[in-house]
Amino acid sequence: MAGVAGGTLLGRAARAEVVAADVPTPGYEIESGAELRVLRPAKFVAGDEELFLANSKKFTDQTGVAVRVDQESWQDLRPKTAVAANVGTGPDIVLAWNDDPHQYPEKILDLTDLADYLGKKYGGWAPLAETMGKGPEGNWICIPVGASGGKMVYRDSWMKEAGFSEFPKDTAGFLELAKALQGIGHPVGFTLGQAEGDANTFCHWLLWAHGGSVVDENGKVTLDSPETRAALAYGTELYKTFIPGTLSWLDPSNNKAFLAGEVSVVANGISVYYAAKTSDDPNVKALAEDIGHAAMPIGPVGRPTETALTVSGMIFGHTKYPNAAKEYLRFMMEKEQYEPWQEASIGYWAHSLNAYDGNPVWTVDPKHTPYQKIMTESLPYGYKGPLGYASAGTLADYIVVTMVSSVVSGAASPDDAIAEATRRAERYYR
Amino acid sequence: MASAATVWDGRRPEQSWLSRKLDDRRVLAALFMLPVAALLLTFLSYPLGLGVWLGFTDTRIGRDGIWIGLENYTYLFEDPVFWLSVFNTIVYTVLATILKFGLGLWLALLLNHHLPFKSLIRAIVLLPWIVPTVLSAIAFWWIYDPQFSIISYVLRGIGIIDTNIDFLGEPWNARLSLIAANVWRGIPFVAISLLAGLQTISPSLYEAAMIDGATAWERFVHVTVPMLMPILAVVLTFSVLFTFTDFQLVYAITRGGPNNATHLMATLAFQRAIPGGYLGEGAAIAVAMIPFLVASTIFSYVALARRKWQQGGSDD
Repeated sequence: MAGVAGGTLLGRAARAEVVAADVPTPGYEIESGAELRVLRPAKFVAGDEELFLANSKKFTDQTGVAVRVDQESWQDLRPKTAVAANVGTGPDIVLAWNDDPHQYPEKILDLTDLADYLGKKYGGWAPLAETMGKGPEGNWICIPVGASGGKMVYRDSWMKEAGFSEFPKDTAGFLELAKALQGIGHPVGFTLGQAEGDANTFCHWLLWAHGGSVVDENGKVTLDSPETRAALAYGTELYKTFIPGTLSWLDPSNNKAFLAGEVSVVANGISVYYAAKTSDDPNVKALAEDIGHAAMPIGPVGRPTETALTVSGMIFGHTKYPNAAKEYLRFMMEKEQYEPWQEASIGYWAHSLNAYDGNPVWTVDPKHTPYQKIMTESLPYGYKGPLGYASAGTLADYIVVTMVSSVVSGAASPDDAIAEATRRAERYYR
Repeated sequence: MASAATVWDGRRPEQSWLSRKLDDRRVLAALFMLPVAALLLTFLSYPLGLGVWLGFTDTRIGRDGIWIGLENYTYLFEDPVFWLSVFNTIVYTVLATILKFGLGLWLALLLNHHLPFKSLIRAIVLLPWIVPTVLSAIAFWWIYDPQFSIISYVLRGIGIIDTNIDFLGEPWNARLSLIAANVWRGIPFVAISLLAGLQTISPSLYEAAMIDGATAWERFVHVTVPMLMPILAVVLTFSVLFTFTDFQLVYAITRGGPNNATHLMATLAFQRAIPGGYLGEGAAIAVAMIPFLVASTIFSYVALARRKWQQGGSDD
């Protein structure tokens, strides 16, 4: 059966293709003597870095423009970007987190022409890419490169042992599964520590799934709502099924616990599967077979409420070589570079341009497929409000994470936690 | 003839204005101090002044701010997380300092005896101090891991506990775990400094005390402690300053979690100023540390450096 499935998948993979339209390139005239400094997040999967550097070298070989790529840890990328924006020197291009470009729209170059070209050539931009890429004036202030989204990563055999043939699609069913998994000694575990990626992903999903949000469309803080209370009540029930210790988990913690067989379900990018699949340890490698990926369950709000960590290429106004920088971003987004880069990271960075739905990486292994539409299905962290300084600050200050973790662990009542979160959020949204 | 010009006429040659000034000891002293003053002004006074100024503004990263007076401070005054960080910082500093001094003095007294391989042992004792803080922080992060802690593993193995200890997930566990890490790291500095102090105490004082019939405890209280007090005051001042402003251990191990329960003033200032982007508020938190630092410095230096007391007099 597995062989048949594999054959079918290979067949689909053979048919999958990235189709690019015939659109004339913008033809940026590279400045003589140009050289570029690029700042990007440190790798979370090895293939990402390898191909990114290889593509950068290819750019240098073809254009003569020297490119220096600096990598910063996830925690340090945002401060480094902020300092560069503040002092007007440093990297020419930053692959920036989430809504960082919206914090300094006046300090970065307009990239509308490049975004239009790429959009026309590659089937248009995914909705999350449009949201992230366009500034308050409607022009493109950055080029969304990709997003790492959190899905439910689970142990298939344990799920079946708990009496479930498939992963539940709604929050009620998921709570039942979590209870059943705990009952058979395989608890779930979701990050509730000060973890930029995983904790924010889980806690925002929880809030949005129940119809809550930090702000409304106008940036008015709306945390004090029945929907937020419903989310916290659900979270409290779910927390009872967690493995102990999740309150102190940082970003790598759930990966470690899952790969060590300590937990049965985590919310994560495809990196857990990547680590298992590429492990030198035969026991861990064998685990890859048992890993399943599923969409985050849909809550009472009735639609998907996942979020994703987006990286967008932005060019600082202080660059001496704006054309070289634009050409570099164009080059990196073209099929010849982007497709192998995505393949090397087995889709860790989901694409921002629709045509890359056809990248065989999504179909060569069915376990990759749930991550294919991350940028189509996910909401920005600043949902429902405008992106900018306030949304970035609210996220970095762990306001939603602290609200959720303090209530589910019993450290604060829902009323107190909501009041405190509201007070902090209003500090940013004012 | 030219020789007439070389005849000394008994008068000193006329000194230039510059020479006269350079002969003035006050001018020369000021001149020699100028480079140091410039360094201090550039790298100490200016950032400090800038920090104080930012605390009175609503500056954000990437945007200049405007003067808002005491608004940041009045907001912080009503901010429970800020007060929690003040509480944590004081608990962290007081407990860690007491433990570091208690254990450090004990270690120094042990090392002051004639031990085999004394130099090697002293070098080994310094290791925690030499290891970069962030590396020891990562090691402690593993030691305190809720799933993979070596301590929990051993205690489970010998049957003392049934489930892993939640070192970092429970507020007081997390605070005490961080204090333990800080103590481990800080003991060598205290021990080696006090050991240096112990070695300056003349053996004749102990001999005289022994002739007078003093017990070991009396020799410690009436000879060792008073003679050690000057260096103790200096080491205590530095230790309090280092502990009060600690950042790396907390940031690497908990980032202030769980639920902000381990935020120190330094980590909260960083989180609000840099990742949060609110430089003004972060600067205000940092400035709020200054009175505490000045008070603790004055206490440890002035209170412990009372010379009469050191010399066996009364505390008048």
